[in-house]
Amino acid sequence: MKNKSGKSKNLAAGAVLLGILLLVLLVSFAYLPYDPNVMDTGAIFQPPSAAHLLGTDNFGRDILSRVMQGSQAAFLVGASSVGIGLTVGLLLGAVAGYAGGAVDEVIMRIIDAQMAFPGVILALVFITVFGTGTLNTAIALGITSIPRFCRVTRAGFLQLKTMDYVKAARSRGAGPMRLMALHILPNMVSPLLVTMSLGFASAILSEAGLSYLGLGIQPPSPSWGMMLYEAQAYLLTYPWYAVIPGCMITLMVLGFNLLGDGLRDLTDAKAR
Amino acid sequence: MIRLKKLAVVLLAAVLTFSGCAGAGASAGTSASAAPATATPAQPTSIKIALGSEPDNLDPMLSAATDTSSVMMNVFEGLLGFNTKGEFIPAIAESYTISQDELTYTFTIKQGIQFHDGKSCTAQDVKYTYDKLAGLDGGTPLNTTLSQELEKVECPDDYTAVLTLKNKDAGFLSKATISIVEKDYEQNSTQPIGTGPYKFAEYVKGQKLVLEKNDTYNTITDRKPTIDRVEFEIMTDENAKLMALKSGDLDIAGVSSTNVPALKDEFTIVQGPQNMVQVFALNNKVKPLDDVRVRQAICYAIDKDEIINVVSGGNGAKVESFLSPSMATYYNDKLNAYTLNLDKAKELLADAGYANGFDLTIKVPSNYQMHIDTAQVIKDELAKIGINVNIELVEWAQWLDGVYTNRDYEATIIGHSGKLDPQDFLNRFSSTYAKNYFNFSDADYDALIEKAASTADQAARADYYKQCQQLLVDKAASVFIQDPYINFAVAKRVEGLKIYPVTFFNLCDLTVVA
Repeated sequence: MKNKSGKSKNLAAGAVLLGILLLVLLVSFAYLPYDPNVMDTGAIFQPPSAAHLLGTDNFGRDILSRVMQGSQAAFLVGASSVGIGLTVGLLLGAVAGYAGGAVDEVIMRIIDAQMAFPGVILALVFITVFGTGTLNTAIALGITSIPRFCRVTRAGFLQLKTMDYVKAARSRGAGPMRLMALHILPNMVSPLLVTMSLGFASAILSEAGLSYLGLGIQPPSPSWGMMLYEAQAYLLTYPWYAVIPGCMITLMVLGFNLLGDGLRDLTDAKAR
Repeated sequence: MIRLKKLAVVLLAAVLTFSGCAGAGASAGTSASAAPATATPAQPTSIKIALGSEPDNLDPMLSAATDTSSVMMNVFEGLLGFNTKGEFIPAIAESYTISQDELTYTFTIKQGIQFHDGKSCTAQDVKYTYDKLAGLDGGTPLNTTLSQELEKVECPDDYTAVLTLKNKDAGFLSKATISIVEKDYEQNSTQPIGTGPYKFAEYVKGQKLVLEKNDTYNTITDRKPTIDRVEFEIMTDENAKLMALKSGDLDIAGVSSTNVPALKDEFTIVQGPQNMVQVFALNNKVKPLDDVRVRQAICYAIDKDEIINVVSGGNGAKVESFLSPSMATYYNDKLNAYTLNLDKAKELLADAGYANGFDLTIKVPSNYQMHIDTAQVIKDELAKIGINVNIELVEWAQWLDGVYTNRDYEATIIGHSGKLDPQDFLNRFSSTYAKNYFNFSDADYDALIEKAASTADQAARADYYKQCQQLLVDKAASVFIQDPYINFAVAKRVEGLKIYPVTFFNLCDLTVVA
């Protein structure tokens, strides 16, 4: 009993954290205290005050507004990279797992080859070739997350296609498309949800890393990783500037990780 | 419940990690000031200086890095030296004469100068050095410029060296500062031997380069080494340098302008122009920047003072043309320049047919935060006259290839650092120069540069270069922003650090005080 309540608390904590961040995101579309890109060079490095709740940065821009606007980039990059990774990974994984044999071998060796490259290096190559920008960042991170989804899907399909209920459906004349979409896929939802949640967290972390290298979102559009990079030069003089985007990244990644863990515990048959 | 507690601990730890940085910085500051004060200046004296990059080669003939030469100029000396104003002073050569046709330079070598191994420095060593660099000894030339212009080197006696040029080069004296090495000594890469005020002691790759005082030094009479041992610590990370400074492990370190306010109470800050020009380069051949009125409009719209204040924290010297004020002899301080005038800028844009502005992409190398910051301020400023700036960060190798070599860009921001000869700066805008990525082309300018290069009379030459600077302003060749100060934090126990027009830690300037 005790164990079970702990699991649901993981889930709840993750959901609360993400709920707050989602609220910040929604508010940022409707209202920002200041224009996040407008400079006020007469008011640089203001400490937190009533006028600027989180202070101002080295150009006199309002940090709160930039953090709020930055949440859009974080969610956008996270969602689109998970979207790309899920779509392609699911298709490849389902075909590989269901068909098996030579098809499986070919697809999985390609996926293995891609996994041999560290994700960030692959994203760096993509961005160097196709240029920087929010969209390219999302695509690059999406491509690097394909293997993750592909492997999870394939493993599930391999296991589920030999189950009795699938055999029964096949013997009653169900075609491969119907079997995959209606009989196997619905049982894959929970592991995929867990993978999506963790994928979201790692995409946000990678985006922060790429922006930190100057190759993610382009200035002056705010991104948490880039804010952290800009703040680094002022770590000794104006430490709060680095703390704020750092905390946002920490909270978001923590939130998604807790949510993913909670979901897995909740749906994992063995643990139950 | 246990899980919840764990979560709270994780959160707390995350917050503490970030705020911990701030706490550590502040507390380290208060304890550091006591350390140097209590250390009694017992003999022998020794100081530690941060070196920003790994030395490329200790042999001056094979080294190209300025960080390396900034140290090794204490070990090696040239025929001539230079002072803080960039003027040439006698070093190994106590005097020189230039022939009427400006092709023959005769140097008289000072007697009694010894290499660190005890051998006398004579004209034979000078001949050996220049012959080898120019490939006159039959080998591959190590210095292509010298090989193109040096005809021959002769030594009528042991203390006279005669250098003959193929063509007139008024800037040749700057090549007389090249380090002289000992004849037939080939181990300078591992055990460098020069004539300078400091002797090479030790080099540990990735860690340090150590020099020791040369007690018998007598080349430049008003330079005397006083510190017994100087350790150059190789440190590339700014935050590591700051920590080392604050804990007393470093006496001198170059720091960025943004950290000056945090250091100025505990350390002496020595700062000044570093003979660099930060330029907002405009490609003069792409539309609409090929129209001089558009370029002038941009010049009128950019507030350089704002850039210097925001980007460099006020630590920069405003420039109006492509030469730093640290080149005092050649710098034109009476330039007729642009002042901030948005109405005039809009008028010029309208004249050129861009009343509604246009889109402009600035490609900025992603490894220079200063230039990225500058781009953001420029975006803000140009928006006021309707120019919509799009900032694109590019990786350094891509910048060198795409922008600098292939000139595939509209605008960029970069810093050019200079040498002792103004030609190295201003020649970049002559139409025949291979790396004129500005695509600036002006017949009058080319003629001026050519005249300046072939005039030995320094006053007349300076006048030509001053005209060049005004021409770059009139044609709005690009926007010349500032010479960002080089900043050194110096522990209070060390005094005398001076800044030279080329990066040079002149250790003879330094003394350790109690």
